Amino acid sequence: MNIFLILSVLVLIAISIWQITKIFELSQAKKVNTQVADDDDNNLNGKLMFAFLIFIYGITIFSFWSYGDVLLPNSASEHGVDYDNLMWISFAIIFFVQTITQALLHYFSYKYRGEKGKKALFYADNDKLEMIWTIIPVITLAGLILYGLYTWTDIMTVEENDEALVVELYAQQFNWKARYAGEDGVLGDANVRFLQDFEGRNLVGIDATDPNGFDDVVVQELHLPVGREVIFKMRSQDVLHSAYMPHFRAQMNCVPGMITEFAFTPNKTTEEMRQDPDVTAKVNKINKIRVEKSKELVASGDMALDPYEFDFLLLCNKICGASHYNMQMKITVETEQEFEEWMNSQQTFAEVIQ
Amino acid sequence: MSTAAAVHTEEDHGHHHKETFVTKYIFSQDHKMISKQYLITGLFMGIIGIAMSLLFRLQLAWPEQPFGIFEVLLGKWAPDGVMDPNVYLALVTIHGTIMVFFVLTAGLSGTFSNLLIPLQIGARDMASGLLNMISFWLFFLSSVIMVMSLFVEAGPAAAGWTIYPPLSALPQAQPGSGTGMTLWLVSMAIFIASSLLGSLNYIVTVINLRTKGMSMTRLPLTIWAFFVTAIIGVVSFPVLLSAALLLIMDRSFGTSFFLSDIFIQGEVLHYQGGSPVLYEHLFWFLGHPEVYIVLLPALGITSEIIATNARKPIFGYRAMVASILAIAFLSTIVWGHHMFISGMNPFLGSVFTFTTLLIAIPSAVKAFNYITTLWKGNLQLNPAMLFSIGLVSTFITGGLTGIILGDSTLDINVHDTYFVVAHFHLVMGISALYGLFAGVYHWFPKMFGRMLNKNLGYVHFWVTAVCAYGVFFPMHFIGMAGLPRRYYTNTAFPYFDDLADINVLITVFALIAGAAQIVFLYNFIHSMFYGKKTVQNPWRSNTLEWTAPIEHFHGNWEGEIPYVHRWAYDYSKPGHEEDFVPQHIPLKKGEEELQH
Repeated sequence: MNIFLILSVLVLIAISIWQITKIFELSQAKKVNTQVADDDDNNLNGKLMFAFLIFIYGITIFSFWSYGDVLLPNSASEHGVDYDNLMWISFAIIFFVQTITQALLHYFSYKYRGEKGKKALFYADNDKLEMIWTIIPVITLAGLILYGLYTWTDIMTVEENDEALVVELYAQQFNWKARYAGEDGVLGDANVRFLQDFEGRNLVGIDATDPNGFDDVVVQELHLPVGREVIFKMRSQDVLHSAYMPHFRAQMNCVPGMITEFAFTPNKTTEEMRQDPDVTAKVNKINKIRVEKSKELVASGDMALDPYEFDFLLLCNKICGASHYNMQMKITVETEQEFEEWMNSQQTFAEVIQ
Repeated sequence: MSTAAAVHTEEDHGHHHKETFVTKYIFSQDHKMISKQYLITGLFMGIIGIAMSLLFRLQLAWPEQPFGIFEVLLGKWAPDGVMDPNVYLALVTIHGTIMVFFVLTAGLSGTFSNLLIPLQIGARDMASGLLNMISFWLFFLSSVIMVMSLFVEAGPAAAGWTIYPPLSALPQAQPGSGTGMTLWLVSMAIFIASSLLGSLNYIVTVINLRTKGMSMTRLPLTIWAFFVTAIIGVVSFPVLLSAALLLIMDRSFGTSFFLSDIFIQGEVLHYQGGSPVLYEHLFWFLGHPEVYIVLLPALGITSEIIATNARKPIFGYRAMVASILAIAFLSTIVWGHHMFISGMNPFLGSVFTFTTLLIAIPSAVKAFNYITTLWKGNLQLNPAMLFSIGLVSTFITGGLTGIILGDSTLDINVHDTYFVVAHFHLVMGISALYGLFAGVYHWFPKMFGRMLNKNLGYVHFWVTAVCAYGVFFPMHFIGMAGLPRRYYTNTAFPYFDDLADINVLITVFALIAGAAQIVFLYNFIHSMFYGKKTVQNPWRSNTLEWTAPIEHFHGNWEGEIPYVHRWAYDYSKPGHEEDFVPQHIPLKKGEEELQH
C-alpha cells in the first residue's frame, strides 16, 4: 500500500515537472530553444553566480555567528595551547585563500558572462604566473609543515619519567575502564586471557603472577591530578576503539594486541573549567534546551531531564559496534590532594582478588 | 594490428556483423554502449546511496523519533518506526561504499573513459572490446551482490566503508560482520577485477591507438586525466584486493593477519600475532589514491568543459598535465594521513604530514589555472559549465580544510569527527559529483543524440549548489565541537545537546537536495526519448568526438579517422574567423601551432 503511494507521488511529480517545463517553454514562443545557453541565460546565470558568492560569504558569516559558540572552549592541557595556536594560524591562512579565490571565481563568472559578438582573449599560458602561484603555496605550506611537525614531535614524544602518572585506558564493547599503576608506578602485565580468572573480578585481565600488578587500581571513572603529566597506555579487549578527550586535545586509537600511548598534562581542574565563561555559556544554553525538552517529556508522562553540569569527557571515536555512540567515561581533574583522597578510597587489584 | 598512432585504413574497421538486440544492447563490445551501461548502473546505485543518506539524516536530526518511512523501508530494523543502531551503522557503511566505488569510480571513470577515450584520441574502439564488456558485466555483478547483501538476515556490512578489523572480521562483534560482510567482500573483489580490466584497457588504448597527429602533448586534458587515473588504479586496487583476501582468510580460515589477543562474547579467541594497523595500511594504500581516482576524471572533465564554454584555451596546459602527474605520484605516498592516531610510530606521522601538504601544491595550481581560464573569457553558462565552476568552488573549500586534516597535530582533535565528514563530502560528494553531472550535461548529446533540457539543468544546479553548502558548511562546526562520526545519535551526551539545531538544518538542506536530484532524473529519462535532437557539434567544441556522426555505429567514423593537426584548445585563436578550431583542421598557411 505504502509502495503504491510512493510510486504514485513520484509519477505525479514527474508529470508536474513535465507540464511546468512545457508551460514555461510555450510562454517563450518568440525564441527558438536550442537547449544551448543564449545571452539571456548567460546574463541570468552570471548574475546568479555573483549572488552565489554573496551566499557563500553569507553562510560562512551566519555559521560563525549562529554556531560559533559550539566550538570547543579553551583547552585544558599544556600542549592544548600550542594546538589551538596552530589551528588558528591554519584557519587564518585558509580563510584568506578561500575569500580571495571564491571572489575571483564567482566575480569572473559574472563579469565575463557570454554575449554574442564578444570575443574571448586567447591567453594560453604564462610561466611566470605559474611560478608565482606555485612558490607562494610552497613557502606557506613549508612554514605550516615545520610549525606543525615541531608541535607534533613535542606532543607525541613520550619520555618515561618518575613524575608522570601512568594510567591504562582499557576499551571494550561498550565501556571504558582505567587502571592506575599504584605506588610502584608500574602497571602489572595484562592480557585478555586472564580475564576469566577470579570469577570475572579481574576486570582488565591483570596477570596475577606479576607483582607489579598487585597495587594497580581499576576504576570506571577517571580522576587526574592537575598539573601532573599523565601517560596513558591504551589497550582494547575486542575491536578498535579510540580514546578521544577533546577538551585536552588528545586522541589515540585503542588496538587489540597492542599498547598505544598518549601523554598530556592537564592544567585546569574540573572546577576551574566550570568557571570558564565559554563553558558557562554553553552549559546555560544546554540547560535551556533540556528544560524545553523536559516540558515535552513530562507532558507525555516521561521523567524530566536532569540539569547538566560540565564534566570532562572520554568518548569512543572509532566505530566499534551498536553502542559506539554511548561509550563514555567521566574525567575529573582535581587538586593533588583531592586526587590522593580519592585514590586511597579505591581497592587495589590485590584486594579485589582476595 | 598496426602500431602506435598509425594510419587507420578501411581494413581496420573491425568486423561488421549482424547485430541482435542482445549483442547491441546487452552484451555489447562497443565502448559507447558500455559507457551508457556504466552510467545507468551508476545512477541507479546513486539513487540507492542517496536514499540511504536521507534515511540516516532523518535519524540524526530527529533521533529516536518514530518515522513511518523507516518501518516501510527497513522493516524489522525499525521496530515501531525507530531505527535500530546496528542498521544505522549499516546504512552509513553501504552509503559510503556505494558512493565512493559504484557511483564515483565506476559511474564516473567507467562512463566517461569508455565514451571519450576512443572518440577523443581517434580510435575505432577500445583495444579490447571483449575485456571492456567483461569489465562492465563484472561491475554489474558486483552491484547486484552489494544490493543483495542488504537483504541478509543479520544485516549488511556495518563496520564503516573502511571495514576495519576486528569489527569487520568477527560476527560476534556486530551482526553485519557475518554474511553481510562476506557478501561485501565478494562484491568488492569482483568490483576490483572489473576496475582493473577497465583500467588496463584505457591505458593500452591511449598508448597504442591514437590517430595520426595525436601526440601525447596534443591530448585533451580529459584523456590525460583518465589515462593517469587508470595507472593509479592499476597500482593501488590490487592492494585493496590483498587486504580483502587476507581479511577473508582471517574470517573464514582461522589466520591472524589482522587479529590478536581478543576477548569477546565471553571467550578468548585463538588469534595471535596479527595487527589491525596492518589492515589500515593496506586499505589506505588504495584508499587514498582512490579519492584521486574519483577526483582526477572530474578535474579532467572540468578542464574540457570550462575551456569549451569559456571559448578560451585552458590556461597552463603543461602545468595542468604536470599537476595531474604530480597528484598521481604524490597520492601513493600520503596514505598515512588517515592513520595519524592509529598507534603507528609518530615518526611516520611526520613523514605523511610532509607529503600530504605537498599534494596541496599541484591542487592549488589547478584551481588557479581554472580561475585564470575564466578571466576575459566569453563564458557560455550552460548547465555543464555551471557544474564545472561549482566544482572549482567546492574543490577549493573542501581542499583547504584538507590542509587542517593533513597536519598530524591538528588531526589529533578532529580525526573521525564531523569535520572529516564535511571535508570529504565537499571534495568527493560534491566536487566529484559535480564532475559527473557536468559530464552528463555536456556529453548527453553525444551519448543519446538529444539535448538535456537546459532550464531543468539550471534548476538542478542552483538548488543543489545552495543545498550542498547548506549541508556541509555547518557540518564543520559540529566537528570542531568534538562530535564523532558514525554516532547513531548524540543524545547520549548532554554536552552535545546544543548541536541538535545544526543537525536539523543539515537534514533539511539534505532533503531539499535529494528532491532536486529528482529534477535531474526526470530530465535525464525524458530527454533520452523526447529531448531536442542534437546538432553535430552543439557546444562548438574542438575535440574529435564531435566529428563522429550523431548516430552510433561500430568504428565511430565512416571512412578514415580524422588526422590531428593541433592541440585541443584553439578557442578564439587570433587569425581565425570562428571562435574555435577543431583538432582535425589543418594549420593555415603561415599559422603556427602554439608551442606549449
